[in-house]
Amino acid sequence: MSQPTRKITYLQAITEALDCALKRDPQVFLMGEDIGIYGGGFGATKGLEEKYGVERIRSTPISESALVGAAVGAAMTGMRPVVELQFSDFITIAMDQIVNQAAKIHYMHNGQFKVPLVIRTPSGSGTGAGAQHSQSLENWFTHIPGLKVVQPSSAYDAKGLLLASIKDNNPVIFFEHKLCYKLEESVPLDYYEVPLGKACRVREGSDVTIVATGYMVYKAKRIAVQLEKEGYSIEIIDPRTLVPLDIQTIMQSVFKTKRVLVVTEEVKYSGFGAELVAQIIEQSQLDHWMPKMMRLGGEFVPMPAAASLEKLAVPNEKSIAQAVKTLCSDATSRS
Amino acid sequence: MWQIRFFEEHVEALYRLGHIHGTLHLSIGQEACAVGSTGLLSHLDWMTSTHRNHGHCLAKGTDPYPMFAEILGRSTGTNGGKGGSMHIADVSVGNLGSNGIVGAGFPIATGAALTAKLTGTEQVVLSFGGDGATNEGSFHEALNLASIWQLPVIFFIENNQYAMSSSIQEMVNIPQLSLRATSYGIPGVTIDGNDLVEVVNTTWHAVQRARAGEGPTLIEAFTYRYKGHSKSDTERIYRTKVEEELWEQKLDPIDRTEQLLQRHGIVSKAQMEHDKMVIYEEVIQSAQRALQDPIPEDSELYTYVYADE
Repeated sequence: MSQPTRKITYLQAITEALDCALKRDPQVFLMGEDIGIYGGGFGATKGLEEKYGVERIRSTPISESALVGAAVGAAMTGMRPVVELQFSDFITIAMDQIVNQAAKIHYMHNGQFKVPLVIRTPSGSGTGAGAQHSQSLENWFTHIPGLKVVQPSSAYDAKGLLLASIKDNNPVIFFEHKLCYKLEESVPLDYYEVPLGKACRVREGSDVTIVATGYMVYKAKRIAVQLEKEGYSIEIIDPRTLVPLDIQTIMQSVFKTKRVLVVTEEVKYSGFGAELVAQIIEQSQLDHWMPKMMRLGGEFVPMPAAASLEKLAVPNEKSIAQAVKTLCSDATSRS
Repeated sequence: MWQIRFFEEHVEALYRLGHIHGTLHLSIGQEACAVGSTGLLSHLDWMTSTHRNHGHCLAKGTDPYPMFAEILGRSTGTNGGKGGSMHIADVSVGNLGSNGIVGAGFPIATGAALTAKLTGTEQVVLSFGGDGATNEGSFHEALNLASIWQLPVIFFIENNQYAMSSSIQEMVNIPQLSLRATSYGIPGVTIDGNDLVEVVNTTWHAVQRARAGEGPTLIEAFTYRYKGHSKSDTERIYRTKVEEELWEQKLDPIDRTEQLLQRHGIVSKAQMEHDKMVIYEEVIQSAQRALQDPIPEDSELYTYVYADE
């Protein structure tokens, strides 16, 4: 990187991306609840209203359906809106505009209109916010042709992927895990893009491939350091974009290590982890082969509020370590 | 209006002959609403329509031929056969598309109006909806948003008094839907939607307001659909024959306009009959042409899922 960098948080990286995009392109504008002087639900838009004014930083009423629908209409007519949905759980209120409108307009109208819209939304558990403010719903949107789904796990990726998402001419749903907001990393000062549809090898290793998303990447990185001391060499792949998925990078790793652990926070049953496992199996079968596989995900419960229970509901470093050791143990090894 | 009437009648005939795969929602009887309102817009102004869209789309300026082709599932259709009757869109005339989800067009139209405001143009957006649609949350959210931001959008409600089979009187507890405008601080007006002149005058005022930056208007136009909700609704058991005959025979928008033109000596009956025949022939020729067109290639299944790919 020739650009100057400095350490900032994931949240600051999001703000910087928005600032960059607003500066470069007059078609970009923001909509969302409390995104003006308050700075958005988690502070992502702090300072932007003062800089760009109320015409381009539009705080809306509590009307997720209308605000996303208006973003669809604005996107179809030449603007590039970036919407904040304060908690990803509230995406349910805007589902028609996302699923039946934004995702389908380009196809149904045979290319006459594009919908260059980004919905960015804080998601995930760990803040004690309870069942209606803690979900990981990204996999719903991976099921809808016409949408792109992005889930950065680090500050560098957050800024680059958000800028790439804003540049993309398709509707993008951008999931920011709340616990990722405080994670720090070196981030370039200026404009740059991280391409959509490209996975990242976050850590190199040879014994096990962990495919992880969102905050689970952070947990996997931490436990990998510990496991290395115990003699396990862990490779971590972060898909970063769920749709379109970079299955090649994942498979390169799987073919190398021959053991794969899929870890996502979302409820395991019917989660995106299931799609990852299915694709890994299908790709492996093309070579008449199967890796050793395990999948970790959230418990099949609504998210409880009490800290002690909340911790139990999602994969943690202990369960990841256990899974790695199980995968590596000779007792269960297959050729 | 004749074009719309002949188009709809011919589409129905094509359906009965087995040429159409999918459904239809005919707007026979509602022609004055479509023509009187869209007639005040240019191709730079935008429109969102509903599942009962054929009249709106023709009035906004799309030719009958690509519309027939779309309904017949041909690759030469407005949407390449990918949308069908309910989703006809035409970017060249400002038709942002017809929607199969009741009420979904209101927020989208609000967003297009936001574009006009942000880019400082005088474009306006006409957003059609039915009586039933005014009970969707999206209607209320959109009117409120358009109102607080003073957006140039006209919400045109064609109150044909029935949603699918539900009479609007059973589904709301107010005497006029235009009263809902007061909840959002915008002007609302109820008119005879089968009086072309009244539709034109009312829409004209709303368009002027919008272009002058004075914000949205709600227009409730009373009208009637002669046919059932869709192709499946042939019996219309939720209405009476007496009611249907009243609207068709006494209140028809085309008859009333023809009588008005003749009464004032603007067009002679003979000229009218001649013009009608010409338009009828054009409509039939368009359908014949569309019937000869090819169906989409198999590869079209995969086109336009994503932009730029």
